[in-house]
Amino acid sequence: MEPKVINQTLSKAAHSGRWKYGQHSCFCQKQGSGNNWAYGYSVHGPRHEDSIMNLIQKEVEKCDSLNGFFIIMSMAGGTGSGLGAFVTQNLQDQYSSPLKMNQIIWPYGTGEVIVQNYNSILTLSHLYRSSDALLVHENDAVHKICAKLMNIKQISFRDINQVLAHQLGSVFQPTYSGEGSFHYRRNPLGDLMENLVPHPEFKMLGVRNIPQMSENSLAYSTFTWAGLLKHLRQMLISNAKMEEGIDWQVRPPLSRLPTLGKMSLNKEFHFNTSIANLVILRGKDVHSAELGAFKDPALYTSWLEPVHAFSVWKTQRAFSKYEKSAALVSNSQFLVKPLDMIVGKAWNMFASKAYIHQYTKFGIEEEDFLDSFTLLEQVIASYCNLGF
Amino acid sequence: MTQSVVIQVGQCGNQIGCCFWDLALREHAAVNQKAIYDEAISSFFRNVDTRVVGDGGSISRGKICSLKARAVLIDMEEGVVNEILQGPLRDVFDSKQLITDISGSGNNWAVGHKVFGSLYQEQILEKLRKSAEHCDCLQCFFIIHSMGGGTGSGLGTFLLKVLEDEFPEVYRFVTSVYPSGEDDVITSPYNSMLAMKELNEHADCVLPIDNQSLFDIISKIDLMVNSGKLGTTIKPKSLVTSSVGAFKKRQEKPFDAMNNIVANLLLNLTSSARFEGSLNMDLNEISMNLVPFPQLHYLVSSLTPLYTLADVNIPSRRLDQMFSDAFSKDHQLIRADPKHSLYLACALMVRGNVQISDLRRNIERLKPSLRFVSWNQEGWKTSLCSVPPVGHSHSLLALANNTCVKPTFIELRERFTRLYRKRAHLHHYLQIEGMEESCFTEAMSSLSALIQEYNQLDATKSMPAEELPRLSVAV
Repeated sequence: MEPKVINQTLSKAAHSGRWKYGQHSCFCQKQGSGNNWAYGYSVHGPRHEDSIMNLIQKEVEKCDSLNGFFIIMSMAGGTGSGLGAFVTQNLQDQYSSPLKMNQIIWPYGTGEVIVQNYNSILTLSHLYRSSDALLVHENDAVHKICAKLMNIKQISFRDINQVLAHQLGSVFQPTYSGEGSFHYRRNPLGDLMENLVPHPEFKMLGVRNIPQMSENSLAYSTFTWAGLLKHLRQMLISNAKMEEGIDWQVRPPLSRLPTLGKMSLNKEFHFNTSIANLVILRGKDVHSAELGAFKDPALYTSWLEPVHAFSVWKTQRAFSKYEKSAALVSNSQFLVKPLDMIVGKAWNMFASKAYIHQYTKFGIEEEDFLDSFTLLEQVIASYCNLGF
Repeated sequence: MTQSVVIQVGQCGNQIGCCFWDLALREHAAVNQKAIYDEAISSFFRNVDTRVVGDGGSISRGKICSLKARAVLIDMEEGVVNEILQGPLRDVFDSKQLITDISGSGNNWAVGHKVFGSLYQEQILEKLRKSAEHCDCLQCFFIIHSMGGGTGSGLGTFLLKVLEDEFPEVYRFVTSVYPSGEDDVITSPYNSMLAMKELNEHADCVLPIDNQSLFDIISKIDLMVNSGKLGTTIKPKSLVTSSVGAFKKRQEKPFDAMNNIVANLLLNLTSSARFEGSLNMDLNEISMNLVPFPQLHYLVSSLTPLYTLADVNIPSRRLDQMFSDAFSKDHQLIRADPKHSLYLACALMVRGNVQISDLRRNIERLKPSLRFVSWNQEGWKTSLCSVPPVGHSHSLLALANNTCVKPTFIELRERFTRLYRKRAHLHHYLQIEGMEESCFTEAMSSLSALIQEYNQLDATKSMPAEELPRLSVAV
């Protein structure tokens, strides 16, 4: 809703000489949303609904076979979050069959925007109702990857966005549609959602990559599929955000006896239970990769068989500069703790009614906040209970 | 890109305004080497073809012909405005943007507010509407005035109500100079108190400033400059008080140094909205993030660095020093000690070659020594603008919504009470039509209510954070 970033984006793309955005594929206004979800959703949304939906329709018409929409937005601000939620809702109303996946940026824990927790809970609750899957990237995690794995001293947003883009690429670059097939997967978005979102209550997906390192370190490293997959699996079950500092103590539980009371979020050897996982392998000798450990039923919740809960995509073609690389997209308890934290902080602020007048000014009432809280507490509870 | 209009009212307001325009031109000249009229300049200036008579002269793109400030100058006596119009900045202002009278307000809020308010209401509205029409997307009015006099205080605050009614969607940011203890205007407590009520009710955001703090900052700089420490020379352009390289080549007047500080404040405040950066912050975000409750919209500001030493290499230690300084009471533009009071919210607006990791590192470092209110423990709003101010490689403006403004208000109330008890000079006010004693008592209760809100927040400082139990859901 303000022009500076789009202008920058368009010129950067054109600069590369290899691709650019369509000339008329952008829409912007003069004045942003002021970090106000209510403004993005209730003012900008309806005001620009027609223009925006027309632009989307134009792109849709250029497609032979539309699989779905991938909406990239952040949660902390006003436009990405509020207008993003509005647009997603419209997509649901207007296009019934294509799928929708929202890639959302989870803000830094220690503020970028003071009202980020309000904006986040409003976004999440609305998206939960209108989107099919939420692919989450946490700024804190990506920042740590830049610092620890990539060894970048003065981290800029450019660095962070590079890592993010790499993660997305490692998921969405083409892979073969089946074992021994020579055709590329035609509908990665659809396949991803089919594999990973079996139940509408569970939509939160996280991404993990391995390896991730700076150019300099790469020269001294060799990789085996066994090694990569072992690390990736441990990252999954111990809920590690990156390759370093993995807790090897965490093991899958031996039996599924229900424990008394609600599972504590601070339990020391917290084991990350999954609903479904997708592993994507890229690189040489990919057919030799052994994935049995990912099919262990102990990793998964009881109501899905591992054969339905686990899928793998492969391609011989290496990605980026890594001779062998693996990505994991997981529908698991990865995001319970961050979600719980955001809901807690937002609730705390809501109790004092701070900043609420900024939202009610544009039609988002306390009721709407309460509805959001209720929905998200439900989501947290559902994910927590996966272990039983 | 949005535009802002500056409304400078009264002697103080116009003098500060003058410094502001001077420095703004200097800043844009430094950044905009090709003299192309771009979005950044358009936020504060119009591009006019002076050969065209009347209003048709506005040009929206291309080379700069003649820049006109988006400003309205109001003063009820002619001295200051005339001087501006005869000075080097005369071409920057449009004669149609001025409203002047001859006799002045006699340091009487009632004269400024009631008499001149009603007399000039139509004219003021007309000028404002004109300025707004020249804007593509008007986002904010910046009002600059002092609280202690008659025009700035009275007419300046009258304006706020007019702006609120006429342009409800446009933000009203007010830079108010509060009288210091040794103020020579006897009736300044009355004027300030009456003005406070208007600020409480009609301003979106107030940046209080006091002369004493500005003076202290200047003394500190002078000390540094004159101390002649071996091997340190200060780059003259970098002084936050200087107008070196600006258009006013005349001998600097006594208040110029102080006014330049305030001018720099306004430039830094708007920098992220004008120039690009990796984390932009628009003016509407300031209000959204820093005003948790409508009444509590007083923001304490601090600017660093005050000067740059001539050695070019800025090790990160100096960068960190900049952040630490922003929280020291010596750098605040009003006498206040935020470190020892309670923060409701804090914004850090960084300019120059600083990355997000530097910002985060410093927040982590400084957080433990600062007290934030329980429901806003991570109450930080940050922005990164890549264009540094003239003469510096980077700078920081910190805006804090902090209970440390309370003492200023309490002192104001005390000085007011001392005068009011004796009914000294009251007749000058009451003889103005529309003024009654109730105006005074209402203003008092408004201020007391505000102080009470700050008191309540301060009381929570020592209590442990009470956490409301979360909603529990059936599974």
